[in-house]
Amino acid sequence: MELAILRDKIGYHGISLALATVLTGAALMTANRLTLPAIAQAAQDDLKASLVQVLPEGMADNNLLADTVSIPAAGKEVTVYRGRKNGAFSAAVFQYSGRGYAGEIVLLVGLNADGVVQGVRVLKHAETPGLGDKIEVAKADWIHSFEGKALDNARWGVKKDGGEFDQFAGATITPRGVVKAVKGALEFYSAHRAEIAGEKS
Amino acid sequence: MSCESVSTGKLFRDGLWDQNVVFAQLLAMCPTMAVTTSGTNGLGMGLATTAVLVVSNILISAIRNFVSDQVRIPIFVVVIATLVTLVDMSLNAWVHGLHKVLGLFIALIVVNCAILGRAEAFAFKNGVWASAIDGLAMGLGFTVALTVVGLVRELIGAGTLFAQASLLLGPAFSFLEMKVIPNYSGVLMMILPPGGFLVLGGLLAVKRLLDQRLNKPASAVEPAAHCSV
Repeated sequence: MELAILRDKIGYHGISLALATVLTGAALMTANRLTLPAIAQAAQDDLKASLVQVLPEGMADNNLLADTVSIPAAGKEVTVYRGRKNGAFSAAVFQYSGRGYAGEIVLLVGLNADGVVQGVRVLKHAETPGLGDKIEVAKADWIHSFEGKALDNARWGVKKDGGEFDQFAGATITPRGVVKAVKGALEFYSAHRAEIAGEKS
Repeated sequence: MSCESVSTGKLFRDGLWDQNVVFAQLLAMCPTMAVTTSGTNGLGMGLATTAVLVVSNILISAIRNFVSDQVRIPIFVVVIATLVTLVDMSLNAWVHGLHKVLGLFIALIVVNCAILGRAEAFAFKNGVWASAIDGLAMGLGFTVALTVVGLVRELIGAGTLFAQASLLLGPAFSFLEMKVIPNYSGVLMMILPPGGFLVLGGLLAVKRLLDQRLNKPASAVEPAAHCSV
């Protein structure tokens, strides 16, 4: 059989391997093209759904997604969604990320105008299932422990580090990362409060 | 493994018991230890792996005549990694709700050497149909194994069975969720990695005992791809 002879030629190895990588690469590129808009749309929907969750009802009466301001922080832009009540600045919602055990944890933080946490949700993470994923609101109530906390009324750290937030059995790094990220978000807000609360852009 | 056609019944028996990925071949230890902290997690990982395993077996089997022995492993790796990425992307785009639950497990499938093992030991030497069946049988065996390990760890560790199953399978399956031991403080070690080793060791012993009772020598494990995880 010709194929059998051909298969043993050294050139065939290189060419077949190259062909395999080119084909799979093309498949990945096509799939990326096809799925990109749908994935972006899904992420946008998630964001909308979580915006509602991190601000209690009645905090704002405008469309937050339409009233945003971009503030540069640590080399990247943070988009802040501003809540207004009767036209006056009343709340800020923005994404802030920290490092967990397995990569980035993206949080959505909702604050009132005074910088008190109204709600925190995890948008994206890659923590260990069963251990670190208790930061998701669907799996545990832990994420609610930030509500009502501000920079000056809480000890920002997990209990193991002398703070007041619980760590999880078997996963200390994950909650430590989240606590640090929420604290970072509050510091970011207090440093840029004037810009965030400023006039409608 | 011979090249002649194998009966479907034998394939399923191999997959579920005689050559079970976890309990007989001792492959795929990485996901077995890492993910089986609850029955639900084991089930989710098992189902996601089964889907990838069936498709990868079909693909590998379809291209087997064009792949030379010398470069087969890199080609398998490329094909499997691509498949996993494709599944991840399409789930994220079109079944976003399911992706939120299963998404964590999908990336872990890449490091599962059961898939490379089946490509090497079966799909590379057998027809497309038989390979598809083998993928399904091995995948189901893997699912059962992970679910059982997960259930034992969950029961001893937290006193529940299938906790949060409705998150994975939909609200209709909330009847699976059981709190077996009320006011149970839990044995944390079973949820932590050592518990995985203890439970797996125990279950392996049970399987060996059952094999002996049935007066059947534990079947020799077929040589699989060398793989360290």
